[in-house]
Amino acid sequence: MEVKLKLFATLRRGRFREQIVNIKDNSRVIDIINQYDIPSDEITICLVNGRDADKLQILQSGDTVSLFPPVGGG
Amino acid sequence: MKIYRVNMSNLSFIAEEVPEEWKMLGGRALTSAIVAKEVNPTCHPLGSQNKLVFAPGLLAGTRAANSGRLSVGSKSPLTGGIKESNVGGTAAQRLAKLGVKALIVEDIPKGDKWYCLHVHKDGVKIKEETELLGKGNYEIIHTLTSRYGENTGVMTIGQAGEYKMSAANISVKDPKGHIRSAGRGGLGAVMGSKRIKFITLDDNDGEGIEILDKDKFKDAAQIFGKGLLSHPVSGNALPKYGTNVLVNILNEAGALPTKNFRMGQFDGAEKICGETMYDTIMERKGDPTHGCHVGCIIRCSQTYNDKDGKYLTAGFEYETIWGFGAGCLVDDLDIIANVDHICDDIGIDTIETAGSMMVAMDAGILPWGDGPGIIKLLKDEVGEGTFLGRILGNGADYTGKAYGITRIPTVKHQSMPAYDPRAVKGVGVTYATSTMGADHTAGYSVATNILKSGGHIDPLVKDGQIELSRNLQIATASIDSAGLCIFVAFAMLDYEPVSHAVIDMINAQYGTNWTVDDWFNLGRFVLKTERAFNQAAGFTNKDDRLPEFFYEPVPPHNTIWDFTGEELDQVNKLTNLVYIVNGQAQSPEYQLIGDKNLSIFQPTADRKYDVNPKFQ
Repeated sequence: MEVKLKLFATLRRGRFREQIVNIKDNSRVIDIINQYDIPSDEITICLVNGRDADKLQILQSGDTVSLFPPVGGG
Repeated sequence: MKIYRVNMSNLSFIAEEVPEEWKMLGGRALTSAIVAKEVNPTCHPLGSQNKLVFAPGLLAGTRAANSGRLSVGSKSPLTGGIKESNVGGTAAQRLAKLGVKALIVEDIPKGDKWYCLHVHKDGVKIKEETELLGKGNYEIIHTLTSRYGENTGVMTIGQAGEYKMSAANISVKDPKGHIRSAGRGGLGAVMGSKRIKFITLDDNDGEGIEILDKDKFKDAAQIFGKGLLSHPVSGNALPKYGTNVLVNILNEAGALPTKNFRMGQFDGAEKICGETMYDTIMERKGDPTHGCHVGCIIRCSQTYNDKDGKYLTAGFEYETIWGFGAGCLVDDLDIIANVDHICDDIGIDTIETAGSMMVAMDAGILPWGDGPGIIKLLKDEVGEGTFLGRILGNGADYTGKAYGITRIPTVKHQSMPAYDPRAVKGVGVTYATSTMGADHTAGYSVATNILKSGGHIDPLVKDGQIELSRNLQIATASIDSAGLCIFVAFAMLDYEPVSHAVIDMINAQYGTNWTVDDWFNLGRFVLKTERAFNQAAGFTNKDDRLPEFFYEPVPPHNTIWDFTGEELDQVNKLTNLVYIVNGQAQSPEYQLIGDKNLSIFQPTADRKYDVNPKFQ
């Protein structure tokens, strides 16, 4: 199945902004993180379809996964 | 230290001893205490009874990192309530080094002349000003730097302040000669009503800062600075991307207010986001990171150049980029940078003015997405003080009334910042209940709702938001009173030793024995003082509400604003504190804070912040 992976801030360096990813059924967020060699501890905020998600959440076809390092402002 | 008091009616100046009750106040605590004590709450904000108060924080002028923020206080012409507007730049530390605890400007001049103030070691000189009338802030700062030298602090108003517009701000020169703004609440109009075009500050031969226990202070300041630099937000993300890194995360979270708060996502987000801005700055040889005041180690500010590599703007913030960008459907960062430059130059708050423009687009004054149209309105109408310019320059509420628009995103007449309250409910509670009107900095629940600082509370549900907003409003009022930048809060929320270091610095400087409870009671005192003023000015709980259009769902999550009035009223009920003196409960208003001889505080049963012990 396909999901959309979006990376932000420093996570984009040497990688990409956005990509459609082919994954096996019942894959979890952490499986994609590992597939792209993103150090898990660099990710503070993980959203699936705009909602806060655990890295162990099982993905559905068509989901959008957005990953952020620690960021702040205001 | 001294209180400097200037009377514009008879053009006099006196230096006064600091009253006992103000000695352990600074920044916002002091401006609010002075306004509450000396300003008639029902007075006209632009009349002779209002006062304009400038106060550096408790730690200003010391080696404490990020302690150079200035509080400017008054009765606000925008909200009609008490106001503290907070700004970096070159003023707070100079006031502190001159031994000035607060500069109070009162009354208005007789006659039509304009004036400037020069603050120096022997007091304040009041002079007539003619040359710079009608000029914008960039020219004023440039001229004054030539006139008095590089090492001079400047606080100034542009044309908007001269016109006494409710969105007018007070601009402060930053260390690079660019502009920082005490943006919110129309305090530039109060300065204009007193016919002061600018204030210069020369701290040469000032009395300096007294620190009672220098070694203890140095140790605590080191822990504090190290904590800020080791936190990934203040040590890494803010210096690199500035505040505009938030565009993408709020957009992804469905909380980036788009087209005057109709949607939570903007198709053009990628074109105006922090990552694009960083690449553009680097490509055009701008400066991606500098501090807004000497001693800032977070350095979230930057200079943004135009296509030809020439300076365009600085201190280009997320709120500005959101407001004129997603808020108005403009997806061109260069246009928004131009708008920021013009707003800085004419001296008008970017958040309030973005609110005016969103409402103006709803009113059909200009089409959605018309960036050049915004520039034209600002230059030709607001800057020139035309009829339309005066409507827009008085803010979103005023603009909405003039054109019969009901979709006006304000609380207490002040425009909402860059987070949809239906999708970041914690900050919605702050918008509703803050003494300041809609103000994200007053209790930045976004940190915990979205950024996972200080724990995590789901932004889309109500649970825990009242308590979160209340605790953050209290903590923020304390930080504002110390004169610290609000961005120290990320490290203070996550690293307990950083919080303790702040209290240790205060104790070392002043010889006090403050505990964590005293620190939070300072914040409670501020909120109670401000709330008492607002109540006396005519505000009730019914003013602590969001506009009715927030009961419409906002896509993509389709959540609504579902707090009841009774729920919102809990925020301030729970802020109440009890003072016990000799076993008797005392009236809390205007009590001395932290004076161990007078009062013992009985803390309310606050939930403390989640503390992440990873700081070493």
